[in-house]
Amino acid sequence: MTVIATESLSKRFPRVTALDRLSVDVGPGVTGLVGANGAGKSTLIKILLGLSPATEGRAAVLGLDVATRGGDIRERVGYMPEHDCLPPDVSATEFVVHMARMSGLPPAAARERTADTLRHVGLYEERYRPIGGYSTGMKQRVKLAQALVHDPQLVFLDEPTNGLDPVGRDEMLGLIRRIHTDFGISVLVTSHLLGELERTCDHVVVIDGGKLLRSSSTTDFTQRTAILAVEVTDTDEHPDGTAALREVLHARGVETHDGSGLPGAGHILLLTAQGEETYDLVRDVVADLGLGLVRMEQRRHHIAEVFKDSDEQAAREAQARPAPENGDEQRKEAVGHGG
Amino acid sequence: MAVEQPQAQTAPAPVRAGEQTRIHNIGYRNYDGPRLGRAYARRSLYSQSLRGAYGLGRSVKSKVLPMLLFVVMCVPALIMVAVAVATKAKDLPVDYTRYAIIMQAVIGLYVASQGPQSVSRDLRFKTVPLYFSRPIETGDYVRAKYAALASALFMLTAAPLLVLYVGALLAKLDFTDQTKGFAQGLVSVALLSLLFAGIGLVISAVTPRRGFGIAAVIAVLTISYGAVSTVQAIAYDQSSTDAIAWLGLFSPITLIDGVQTAFLGASSAFPGGEGPSGAQGVVYLLVVLGLVAGCYGLLMRRYRKVGL
Repeated sequence: MTVIATESLSKRFPRVTALDRLSVDVGPGVTGLVGANGAGKSTLIKILLGLSPATEGRAAVLGLDVATRGGDIRERVGYMPEHDCLPPDVSATEFVVHMARMSGLPPAAARERTADTLRHVGLYEERYRPIGGYSTGMKQRVKLAQALVHDPQLVFLDEPTNGLDPVGRDEMLGLIRRIHTDFGISVLVTSHLLGELERTCDHVVVIDGGKLLRSSSTTDFTQRTAILAVEVTDTDEHPDGTAALREVLHARGVETHDGSGLPGAGHILLLTAQGEETYDLVRDVVADLGLGLVRMEQRRHHIAEVFKDSDEQAAREAQARPAPENGDEQRKEAVGHGG
Repeated sequence: MAVEQPQAQTAPAPVRAGEQTRIHNIGYRNYDGPRLGRAYARRSLYSQSLRGAYGLGRSVKSKVLPMLLFVVMCVPALIMVAVAVATKAKDLPVDYTRYAIIMQAVIGLYVASQGPQSVSRDLRFKTVPLYFSRPIETGDYVRAKYAALASALFMLTAAPLLVLYVGALLAKLDFTDQTKGFAQGLVSVALLSLLFAGIGLVISAVTPRRGFGIAAVIAVLTISYGAVSTVQAIAYDQSSTDAIAWLGLFSPITLIDGVQTAFLGASSAFPGGEGPSGAQGVVYLLVVLGLVAGCYGLLMRRYRKVGL
């Protein structure tokens, strides 16, 4: 079953190409949509909600064509915008009840669902107070609640972790995970941080300049690009355990990185994991050297790394064939004005 | 948080999207009830906005002004009725159609305070995208908001007429006369409500700042009326009575005055009572209807752009 399907979807504005022949299939579960600001994420969501016609190509949400069934889609879908959207002078309860009715829920059901939903997103007594006095974290929860109150089959969450502190971020990510596992609602969540989506999503779609860079399951992603941080103890035999390990691994063809600048860099060895076998190799080498393995963990990486990869790839492709006409310029413009 | 899941509803939430069927008993309930769709959402928005126009469902502070204006609007009618009943007068001191013209400042204040309240808030706090990510569309939003403010204005302007009418019947004035006058008054204030609501909303929808909206609405209503009545007075001094009628086309309240003078048996409040003739009245009516349609069109254009 496909939740979202687009077929060479394009959106052109007079001066900017926001989406450029985007073809992507998104299945059920939590899907991350990653891209820099202006990559076309918000434009895509607008088209998927049936609010903005595509210049060319087709898209379907929950099997409904966005061009003709916009109203039906919006009845089954929830949307949490990136920006502030809450009036400060009403309480969360009043606001969410009103939004539930706007989604077609009868008055009694709207009140009942509002109480349930606010509880699920973690708002309790404060829900009777005016929203104006809420913290950013609480406001994000209200925004999420209004997107979930009508029990949609799919929600679009636009940058839900924006402006949250690390704890709030973790809580929001946990909540997003639960929307799928516990509530049974599929999620499309956008972010410009790949690292945080990795933990939450089953599948990640990366777009840049309106083009699809990559669409794969999160496990693929981490396998292909994982950086391992390894810390070992020193022994009498190997006074500098890290150096000894690096030497042996290097000889075995494992790419190691200079971790200088990181906290405790002297004791931590960064290396590129090629797959499952790298983990085994590290374990075996550490055991052979008689060192103690303190830790071996995956390092989060930033979206920039994916862009760097793809830029290199694009450069190789560009060398192979004549350069596409003003592709780069278009992209720069989209980054500057789009979004 | 889900521990208190009651037994009655332990039907496991089906994992709709899931590949495998898992049973989750964490208290989330799916909603299987009716979804009433666009027309219902539009009605809900209408009633919410109408209540909001009198501060209902909003803070105590926001109830003060609309309620106060409502009272101010009705008190003169009560006094007139009391006088009419006490003195056993043969007629009410003021025509039904004239009442709104006399009280135009109060009506203007009401439009200026509630028009921005109705639409600027949604723009300012960017709530509009939340509406349009739901089944309702631009037209539904505009119609609901327009209808709500027009209804609120109609209540404001029709309530004192009702007071006058009930009072007139208590004073045992002629039933046929009074009913006819009351009906004409209602038609007139209905037209006035549509026109003023349209103008108020168009101006308010331009700016997300409520203060600007209030000032702009007051300015448009008073400056146009001030200018028109001044020029009319000059025209009257120079006894160019024909010009007086045409000049009335340029301010909202004189437009209503003109229409009711021509069609609703009102005596004009123009200098010298020089209201428009029948043919001029048609022009007045067309201008009023054109303005109402124009306001609606402008609002539609405005909200098509706001989108998400």
